[in-house]
Amino acid sequence: QGGGSAVIDMENMDDTSGSSFEDMGEMHQRMKEEEEEEEGDAGAAEEEDGEFLGMKGLRGQLGRQVADQMWQVGKRQASRAFSLYANIDILRPYFDVEPVQVRARLLESMIPVKMINFPQKIAGELYGPLMLVLTLVAILLHGMKTSDTIIREGTLMGTAIGTCFGYWLGVSSFIYFLAYLCNAQITMVQMLSLLGYGLFGHCITLFVTYNIHFHSLFYIFWLGVGGLSTLRMVAVLVSRTVGHTQRLILCGTLAALHMLFLLYLHFAYHKVVEGILDTLEGPNMPPFQRVARDIPVVSNAVLNTTAKAIALTL
Amino acid sequence: FAGLADVSISEDIPVEGEITVPVGSHSPDEDYSTLDEPVRDTIMRDLKAVGKKFVHVMYPKKSSALLRDWDLWGPLVLCVSLALMLQGGSADSKDDGGPQFAEVFVIIWFGAVVITLNSKLLGGTISFFQSLCVLGYCVLPLTVAMLVCRLVLLAGSGTVSFIIRLIVVIAMFAWSTLASTAFLADSQPPNRKALVVYPIFLFYFVISWMILTFTPQ
Repeated sequence: QGGGSAVIDMENMDDTSGSSFEDMGEMHQRMKEEEEEEEGDAGAAEEEDGEFLGMKGLRGQLGRQVADQMWQVGKRQASRAFSLYANIDILRPYFDVEPVQVRARLLESMIPVKMINFPQKIAGELYGPLMLVLTLVAILLHGMKTSDTIIREGTLMGTAIGTCFGYWLGVSSFIYFLAYLCNAQITMVQMLSLLGYGLFGHCITLFVTYNIHFHSLFYIFWLGVGGLSTLRMVAVLVSRTVGHTQRLILCGTLAALHMLFLLYLHFAYHKVVEGILDTLEGPNMPPFQRVARDIPVVSNAVLNTTAKAIALTL
Repeated sequence: FAGLADVSISEDIPVEGEITVPVGSHSPDEDYSTLDEPVRDTIMRDLKAVGKKFVHVMYPKKSSALLRDWDLWGPLVLCVSLALMLQGGSADSKDDGGPQFAEVFVIIWFGAVVITLNSKLLGGTISFFQSLCVLGYCVLPLTVAMLVCRLVLLAGSGTVSFIIRLIVVIAMFAWSTLASTAFLADSQPPNRKALVVYPIFLFYFVISWMILTFTPQ
């Protein structure tokens, strides 16, 4: 029970004050209306209560008791809700990993499984995916800074965090919803874990191609590294789904989103102009890098317009 | 109650024990005494605590003083000074004065919160604000590196100055990471230290990268 007592002190009440039901009802009504002023007038009311006995004395006492009890109840409810929802111990089991396990899972995320007729095991762990998302944010920041991306509303950091976490959480939820529709055997945590580890390929690709501005290299990495991690995720999902149509829908969506995200990250946050080669490398440019400038005019124009369009939408 | 020890009783009645009444804390007296002291004493006491923690960061011994009385004054001062020094370093200085300051703030505080949550979830015994305090104070070497970089950039921005800045930033980054690891990793189970160190490494790496790529306009 709360700290306030349930017994109302009536000793200040004069005998002549009415205790009929109508009076009590009226009193309660007036008390509820002036509850907010109770705290402010508490000091004044107390002095008045000592002298002015009767109705006002009772109202002051009752009002304070009611306000006190309401505060206690509200506080108890708020603390109960807080301890239920903001308790990070709910997430503790998902962080129970050893460094060896994390390393093993990172390497496994690049190796597509061959057995798709038997449901593959997915570890429901959130440490690795969280670290990979943060690493991706750091790499993205680096890419944005070196390409002088100017974000007019908001900060570079906000954009990077929003993009990476938004992709991880949003696409996971979307694919989980699709999996629910297609009757696939996967839980939300497993989906978060799977997609998080799939970002390992993205991290590697972006880390390499933000530093070496060579477009053919990016396409090779996109297909090779990105493709491998996508294949792994797709294979695991296929092994947990029955039915050809469902498999096609689920895996097609995931593959498309994953590959397109890597494409988007490269082109939106990385200036696609040859001039940057000059500003960064200076006079000591090794000869082979000059070959990157000899991209056929058509594809260059396409890339430039794509980049401009994406930059406009940012 | 001390007088009862002399009372003699028969041996077969077990009446031994200790009843101690917890003495009320001295805080009312302390409050009055700190309320009455001159303002200069209060400020000097806080400043001395902050200064002591700075010394602990520069010479990271395994002491618990940094953890026991945490405060966030030092991190705030360091964060603000780092953010101020990192301003004005991009192409379009007209728009980017504001977002850059906010960017450094967001990175430092968001990163510190994430690292703290991570170390708590991995089974750490350190509290939320203690961890924030340690991570904030360990930004000190990087602030010193930023100062040195700015001074070096005043002299010129050629290859030599880049190499000097690179060496200084790398050294200070290693110092920051080691200092914060010395305080934070102890609160973890021994086989999970690498899991806690990686986010700290990433955090200070991002800050060092921002310092290194800073070029004034």
